[in-house]
Parts: sequence; C-alpha cells; structure tokens
Amino acid sequence: MKETIIIAGFGGQGVLSMGKILAYSGVMQDFEVTWMPSYGPEMRGGTANVTVIISDKRISSPIANEYDTAIVLNQQSLDKFESQVKAGGVLIYDTNGIINPPTRSDIEIYAVDAAAECARLGQAKLFNTMILGGYLKLKPIVSMENVMLGLKKSLPERAWYLLPQNKEAILRGGEIIRRVR
Amino acid sequence: MANVEIKQENLVYAKPRLITNDEMHYCPGCSHGTVHKLIAEVIDEMGIEGSTIGVSPVGCSVFAYRYIDIDWIEAAHGRACAVATAAKRLYPNNMVFTYQGDGDLAAIGAGETIHAAARGENIVTIFINNAIYGMTGGQMSPTTLLGMKTATTPYGRDAQLNGFPYKIAEMMAHLDGATYITRQSVHTPANVRKCKKAIRRAFENAMAGNGYSMVEVVASCNSGWKLSPVDANKWMEDNLIPAYPLGDIKSTTLPK
Amino acid sequence: MADSDVRLMKGNEVIAHAAVRCGCDGYFGYPITPQSEVMETLMELRPWETTGMVVLQAESEVSSINMVYGGAATGKKIMTSSSSPGVSLMSEGLSYLAACELPCLVVNCQRGGPGLGTIQPSQGDYFQACKGGGHGDYHMIVLAPASVQEMYDFVSLAFDLAFKHRNPTMILADGAIGQMMEKVVLSEQQPRLTDEEIAERYGDWATCGKGKRKKYNICTSLFMNSEDLEEVNLRLQAKYRRIEAEEARWEAIMCDDADYVVVAYGSSARISSAVVELAREQGIKVGILRPITLYPFPVKPIADLAARGVKGFLVAELNAGQMVEDVRLAVDGKTPVEHYGRMGGMLFTPEELLQVLKDKLIK
Repeated sequence: MKETIIIAGFGGQGVLSMGKILAYSGVMQDFEVTWMPSYGPEMRGGTANVTVIISDKRISSPIANEYDTAIVLNQQSLDKFESQVKAGGVLIYDTNGIINPPTRSDIEIYAVDAAAECARLGQAKLFNTMILGGYLKLKPIVSMENVMLGLKKSLPERAWYLLPQNKEAILRGGEIIRRVR
Repeated sequence: MANVEIKQENLVYAKPRLITNDEMHYCPGCSHGTVHKLIAEVIDEMGIEGSTIGVSPVGCSVFAYRYIDIDWIEAAHGRACAVATAAKRLYPNNMVFTYQGDGDLAAIGAGETIHAAARGENIVTIFINNAIYGMTGGQMSPTTLLGMKTATTPYGRDAQLNGFPYKIAEMMAHLDGATYITRQSVHTPANVRKCKKAIRRAFENAMAGNGYSMVEVVASCNSGWKLSPVDANKWMEDNLIPAYPLGDIKSTTLPK
Repeated sequence: MADSDVRLMKGNEVIAHAAVRCGCDGYFGYPITPQSEVMETLMELRPWETTGMVVLQAESEVSSINMVYGGAATGKKIMTSSSSPGVSLMSEGLSYLAACELPCLVVNCQRGGPGLGTIQPSQGDYFQACKGGGHGDYHMIVLAPASVQEMYDFVSLAFDLAFKHRNPTMILADGAIGQMMEKVVLSEQQPRLTDEEIAERYGDWATCGKGKRKKYNICTSLFMNSEDLEEVNLRLQAKYRRIEAEEARWEAIMCDDADYVVVAYGSSARISSAVVELAREQGIKVGILRPITLYPFPVKPIADLAARGVKGFLVAELNAGQMVEDVRLAVDGKTPVEHYGRMGGMLFTPEELLQVLKDKLIK
C-alpha cells in the first residue's frame, strides 16, 4: 500500500496541520510516512501545500509529481494540481469560492462543502478536520482510533479539549462528501 | 642578563606573581604593560587565578595571553565579547574578561560589544583606548581625534572625509545590561592606583552577577603617535583626556 | 499501535531534541529560514532547566560562531545551526575553530544561492562545506543526512567524531530534510559531562580556567614564526589524512549488479533512490551510491565500482555540479561521469532523473 496525497489551499486553512494529522495517524498505524511542505511565508492569504506519503514500505522520494489523491481548497490549488492527479485517482475539493470546477473525466471527483457546513455550525476551526473526514471516508487507510491518536499527538496538550468536537467534524465530513463526477 | 641576588632590604619592587617570564613585546612607554600588571594583581588578590578566563583581541595586545598566568582564548578580530559570553554562560562561576583595543572593540567589534552589554553578560571588558591602530602601523581608529595624524589620515582626521570619533564608555552607559562603566588612565602613579581599584570593582561586579562592566583606559601609544614616552603622556593629558574625560560614568544595579 | 517513543517530527525539530538528549552543553544561533525551528524547539524545550544546556540567541551568525568558538575552547560540547547565507558569515569563525582544533557541531540546512537566493532547498554549499569556505588549509568533517532519523542520529555521531579528532564537524542538510516530517525514534537521555570530567579529559587543551593545572592553556591560531605555522599545518594535514583513512562512510543500494550508478547525497539521494525502482521495472540495472560523509569523501567504493566495469555514473545534485568533481577524481577517467542538477530551490523528480540517465549514459 502506498498513498501519495497533496493537500493545497490558503495558509490559515489548516492545510499543513491536516497533513500532519493524517501523517501522524499513519505513524500510529505503523506505516512509514513522509510530510513534505511547501514552506515559506505561508501566512494567512498565501498559498500552502503539503505532500503526505503513507506506505507500508520504506519511502524513497518524499516528493512526487503525480498524486493518488489531491485535496484542493482554493481555485489556485485546483488549477495547479488537477492535472497532477494520476489517472484513476481522486480529487477532493470544497466548492466554496470555486469558479472553475474540475473538468477531468479520467479521475474521480468529490466535493466536501466543509466551509458552508462549518459556517452553519459556527465552528470555522473544524474546517480542516471535516475535509479530512471526507477523505478518510473514501480512503479508510487508517482506523478512526489511530486518527484520534494522531490528532492528539498533533495537538499541544492545551488543545486536547478540542478532540471530541474534531471527532464529530471528521464523522460529519464523511457524511457530507459527495461524488461530483 | 646575570642573575643578581637582591637582598630583601633592597627590594623595592617585584613583578606580580601571575605575570609570566615571557619578554613583553610592547614598546617602551606603552600603557599595555601597566594594565596587564594591574589585572594580574587583581586576579591574584581575589584568589581567582584558577577560575579566570581571559579573552585576548587582535591588535597590539593579541599576545596578552603570553603574559598573565591564566587560561586564555585568543578571539578573532572584534569578537572577544561573543567568545567571552559563551565561556561565562558555560562556566558561570568563573571570572571571564575581555581585553580589547579601540580598533578591535570600537570598529570591527562594536556589534558584539554592544550586544554582550545589552544582554547583561556577567563579564568585564578592559578597553584600551589609545585612539590609533598600533599593531598594523598607526592607522585611524574610531576614537582617533579630529585633526589627529595617522597613517590613514596623513593630513589629520577630517570629519567630512573620515567621520567623527565617538565615546564608547558614554555610549555603553545607555545600556540597561551594563552596570559599571568607568574611564581610567595609567599615566601617573595616582591614576594607576585608581585604575586598579576600578578593575577590582569591575571584576567583583561580574562575580556578583550584576551584569556587564567596562573599564576604559585612556592609554598612550607613543610609537603610533610618534612621540617620546614622556611627550606622549603630556599629549594625552592635553588632548585625549579632555576628549575622553576620566571617572565613573555609570555605577548601578541591573534593572528589575 | 506504534511504540509511543516513535514521533513524527521535522528534521529541524529533531536536531534540537538530539542535541539535548546527547548531552550537548550549549547552542548559540541566529534565526534564518529554513532552519529556525532548531532554536525555536530548543527554547520550547527549556533544556537549561533539565540538563543544564545553555541556549542563546545571538545578534548575528558572526557572533554565534564566535560563541561556539569560545564555548568549544572551554572543552564543552557546543553547536550552532544556520542556513547558507548565515554559514557564509560563519566562515571566518570556522577557520579559527579548525585552526585551534576545537570540536563542535555546525548544522547547515542549505537553501538556494548565491546571494540572498531563496529559502527553498539546495545543495549549493558542497564546495563551501568540503573544500574550506573559510581561509587557510583546513577541513571540517561533513555528514549528509538523508532522512529525519539520520538528522537525529548524526548529531550524536557528529559530536563523537568532533571530539575523537578534535575537529569541527558539519551536518550538511538542506531545506527539504529540515522541513520534512518523518517517523523518528528518540534515544535515551545522555548525561552532560561535569566541569570536573571536562578538566580531567581535556585538561591538556581546554581553556576552562587553570584549576589545579600547573600550566595555563592558550587557545590561539596565531603563529608569527613561519616554521611554527608550517608545523601546525603539517599536524593538521596529518590529522586530515587519518580522518580520510578512518571515517569515510557511505551507503550502497543495489550497486552489486548495477550497470549504472547514481551518486547522490542527502535529499537528492532520497529522491534518487526511487530511480532504482523505476529503472529496474524497465530492466535497467541502476544502483545508488550515497556518500554519508562528504568529507572525507568515500573514494574507495566509487573507485571500486569504476574498476568493476560500471558503464557510467550519474551524479545528481541540487547544484550546478560540485560533488561531481570528487566523483570524477575517484573514477579517474575509467568510465563516463555525468552530472545532473537543479538549482534555485527546484527539486528533480525520480522520473526526470531516470530520463536524464537514459539520455546521458545509455543514449
């Protein structure tokens, strides 16, 4: 098993931390993982992306030029990474703010309207775990138990009280993800 | 030289115990030897020779490490205060001091000196200010007076061309981490005694953990100034000391 | 579930954890991307409250390397970290450290240059790290980690080598390894040496205060007498020959039957290792020779491969061609040696590299 994922969006959307939670969940499940960010001035409003690879074997290159899954959270990222999804791969996006939706027909395209759902709940900070929940529904490569352990390891102790609501968000993401084409 | 036995009743002066037998390379009339002697005496009197680390500069006093019988680190040009910072932080019970001239400290090393003082490092800087680069052959230093002739200001220091001299001790006194800042000289016996007291006080200040101390010594470089030793002292009194007045500039405790 | 001491961490973070756990006495640094997490992590860990390790943010890299010099002179286990432009500023200090034969660790998490360049990864400082950088005839021991676990393990190894040979050691990483997160297993906490142990072990050179010693120690690199300085240089060169004989380290992956060998280190070796899999799927026998020490350079395994009849070497670096010179010296004209590099923070992909290998060596 080897899953290569790119997660991309605006800085401040929790792109890097979503990748970290996923990667840490992989560690908890005894997989090999790499988490390779685009680093730099990723303040709110800038773009950020991270490549996460989860494998049951030693991972050679931590970078890739095509992905099994792309999770894109803004138009720029969609434009950049849609073409880099492997044929037969998966593209997940949030329709919020997307003017030009994905067009490829040789990949599976899903939408998670997490921004709208979080706005409805008044819980903007759960955005990234809700997206992650959508992804895990499609590709349950790690168990929920290990996801929660990974989440706990990713958060500083002072934020552990947020674990239950993040679990809810992950589950909710799994409910609202829908196939677009 | 023949080994002459001196009778106790005839003994009027002895070399301080911690001054080594190495022949000093300083010019006759230079202030360095006197200041070295005072430091050696203070270390001996405080009983801290085993726990003192000296940091020597680049400049005429680069070989200070040959003359006082303590551990020494020879720093790169200007970096003595950075070197001393680490030694002191790693050995907080040791006495750590730097010995620097005006080229080393006020030109290339101004940054390291200011920041060590601003951090309130518990170190002492002995700053020998003779307003000239001695070792490289008498060039202008930051503290060279306006009008003063040096190898790189052959027509005298001109503010338009060379900028203005600046007062290190007064500048350092603005820093919260610097608690004892004084300016001394060693050109008369009375001044030598005062200077020794100042060095002792600075060393005690450092060992008390009261932040950074600097003893600036307005010093003679008769070779660089191209004067006899006596004329150099006279020139210093008439010109250098008025520009760099003697006395304590700051004596306080670290801010809470 | 995995062992709880297995963590997911960035390369830069593990440098900090490794420093504390291997009993490092002092870190002096200055922030620069992409390695600022080293000092940030240390400040978060507050080791001065646990092991007694000193951590200090200096006012510049010039100051921090001279703090390393001052600290190392006293016999303590001292380190700094920086990235390319900062290491340039440290070059003078590194020359002094090498001249005075002071053990210490400098981590260079390389970024693209020249000049202010970019914060993205590069391997443009190979020459600077391995061939001097500062003035005078000197060498640092240079280690090139290719994973986060190696970033961790090499801190302790670097200090061992530094003290064994009384020589500054560099970990030459880059932004990719520094910023990447992977699993890492942390080792047990090692105690720091006491001041008494240091005085005992390093009493013949450490300037930590004379203590009970009769003779005082001087740490200096000034020798005005040419005969004396030549002698110092001859002693240093003899040490470098010893290091070259004893400390070369490398990893050979699938080289035994390889027709073509990619030589790469650090993050580029990591990327290159995927080429082996890709090439062998296509029936091309490719191996990887990964230098782990860049100085001393692993000459012998490369010369042996050339002598065995390897059809060609491809040196893959994130620069315009630096290590390739050492590979060519080792191969000594026996077989073609080609170079492929990306610069400016660009990384090559395994597919790209395989294509280059075919174009340049197989044709």
